[in-house]
Amino acid sequence: MATVELNNVRKVYGGKVEAVKGVSISIPDGEMCVLVGPSGCGKSTLLRMIAGLESISDGTISIGGGVVNDKGPVERDIAMVFQNYALYPHMSVYDNMAYGLKNRGMAKDEIEKRVKSAAATLGLADFLQRRPRELSGGQRQRVAMGRAIVRSPKAFLFDEPLSNLDAKLRGQMRVEIKSLQRRLGVTSVYVTHDQVEAMTLADTLVVMNGGLAEQIDTPMAIYEKPASTFVAGFIGSPAMNLLTATVADGGLVLAGDGGTVKPRDTVLPEVGREVLLGIRPEHMKVTDSRNTADLTLKVTAVEILGADVLAHGQSVDATQTGGEIIARLPGGTRVEVGDTLPFAIDPGMTHLFDAATGKRI
Amino acid sequence: MAETAAVTGKSTAAKLGRKEEGAMLGVSKTSRYIAHAILILGVLIVAFPIYYTFVASTHSLQTILRPPLPLWPGDQFFANYYQAIFGGVRQTGGVGADLLLFNTTVMALGIAVGKIAISLLSAYAIVFFRFPGRMIFFWLIFITLMLPVEVRILPTYKVMVDLGLINTYAGLIIPLIASATATLLFRTFFLTIPGELVEAARVDGAGPWRFFKDILLPLSKTNLAALFVIMFIYGWTQYLWPLLITTSNDMNTIVIALRRMISFADAETQWHIVMVTAILAMLPPVAVVVFMQRWFVKGLVETEK
Repeated sequence: MATVELNNVRKVYGGKVEAVKGVSISIPDGEMCVLVGPSGCGKSTLLRMIAGLESISDGTISIGGGVVNDKGPVERDIAMVFQNYALYPHMSVYDNMAYGLKNRGMAKDEIEKRVKSAAATLGLADFLQRRPRELSGGQRQRVAMGRAIVRSPKAFLFDEPLSNLDAKLRGQMRVEIKSLQRRLGVTSVYVTHDQVEAMTLADTLVVMNGGLAEQIDTPMAIYEKPASTFVAGFIGSPAMNLLTATVADGGLVLAGDGGTVKPRDTVLPEVGREVLLGIRPEHMKVTDSRNTADLTLKVTAVEILGADVLAHGQSVDATQTGGEIIARLPGGTRVEVGDTLPFAIDPGMTHLFDAATGKRI
Repeated sequence: MAETAAVTGKSTAAKLGRKEEGAMLGVSKTSRYIAHAILILGVLIVAFPIYYTFVASTHSLQTILRPPLPLWPGDQFFANYYQAIFGGVRQTGGVGADLLLFNTTVMALGIAVGKIAISLLSAYAIVFFRFPGRMIFFWLIFITLMLPVEVRILPTYKVMVDLGLINTYAGLIIPLIASATATLLFRTFFLTIPGELVEAARVDGAGPWRFFKDILLPLSKTNLAALFVIMFIYGWTQYLWPLLITTSNDMNTIVIALRRMISFADAETQWHIVMVTAILAMLPPVAVVVFMQRWFVKGLVETEK
């Protein structure tokens, strides 16, 4: 158990390609930090640098107080769960879990005690003599977890551990990982591209883009106050609606003659500034009269999800196409393509970003 | 993969004359009979000369020299085999087949084990380590594919003479143990091992030697078995190199001795002993194939991953 500190960590490949461009994260003892971002954003590289599988070009990484830049994975005392589990195919489940302990020269009976207890925790007690190929995907995932927990390491590192499971199992394992991590209280770093996993697992969420940490905060703070249009588009499903607009006196004039929106409880910047107006689909409510409406949409497509109905539409005033808006309506709402619906935006639930930089205003 | 295994399984079963009911889907009875007839004919063509050699090895020299040779085994089995194994004949300097078999076994095992050890280690180095000149070494190994023993026989012989390795087991074995083919085979196999597995082993605290011993070797065992069979037979049937490197009778291999037993004058050749020696020369490779057949086929058609 230990804190994990990353101080301005950089990774340059071959002196040219900069995969990680200076990331600083501080993870308190026992907490779970999730790195989320699209493919190629540097999140896996960062994790592998923490693990000691990749060298650090610049900056420092410390685990439990000491800088570990020049230490190997073993000396860092971390355990890693890989995307494809990376179980040893020729070894039984027991040997897979015991291998790391054997290599440390631990006594046989201590190894047995630890493996047995980890297997009991993970519900693998009946499978200890099986080979990995005789197990289902979820069980293999558990063995990979078991291999990590028997070691009682300073930190757990997870590299997209659930991406090879089917949707149902993924949801189940997600909850298990969370409760296991809570119970063991081991500092963890978890890499994923799935924003649901990111939101549910994280104590601290790091949204990465192009080798940089765009925002580091609690999941809820990131959801409520995304720092940039990138974060706004990445966290939340369906993604936040982003509309180009110009600040006018007392309102926002949407581009393409889309009409004027007057968001309530929102401080507007100076008149004439180009901005991006962000509205989450779940913060748009159908209202009964056009007088109270902030935005009136002509519905172009409807997706019925059961619990929700997603209405895709465009501002009725718009003279040109583009700037599609999605609204999330309660299940059972009757909407047809071609309907014109007046929407009210929840007060204070608009987000304004600078049109040029994409940063939150 | 399952398909390949099934097909291979079927053909080996057919070769062994085993019956496999309903294994061939959508094939009519007639065509199955025809297929079996062809297979049986093939087996007879291959097996009859071997059987005839065995028959000849159980008759006296007089019977063999007075054609036609009977189709059934004679009564000289024990006498002939005793003489061949413990007596020897004049042409081979009176060296018995026991010593010849021992020499050949040492050479074949040495070549098979040596080839596997060297190619396994060089493939391991080339695939899993980053060192200067890695690709140069790889290509140097690759180029030796184009240099068979026959091409480099004179310089190799000279080196062996200078090192004083004529008439030694080392001289028989060492020049033949470098194998580009096996190195490339292991390299290809090692490249299929996922990078995550290597990293998991590193996180588990396995250094290069532990990784090799605990993970790479067990995963390669079917390949090892297949290669061992092929290399053992390659070593066993070597002719040109043992002919050059051995000058003393008691260092001969059985293949060389067999050739030397046959004189040009028919009357001088101890044909019954020649036949016994031929049978004895065949037995060890056959035994290796029979015992390792299961592994051999497995190694050729699948990898446990």
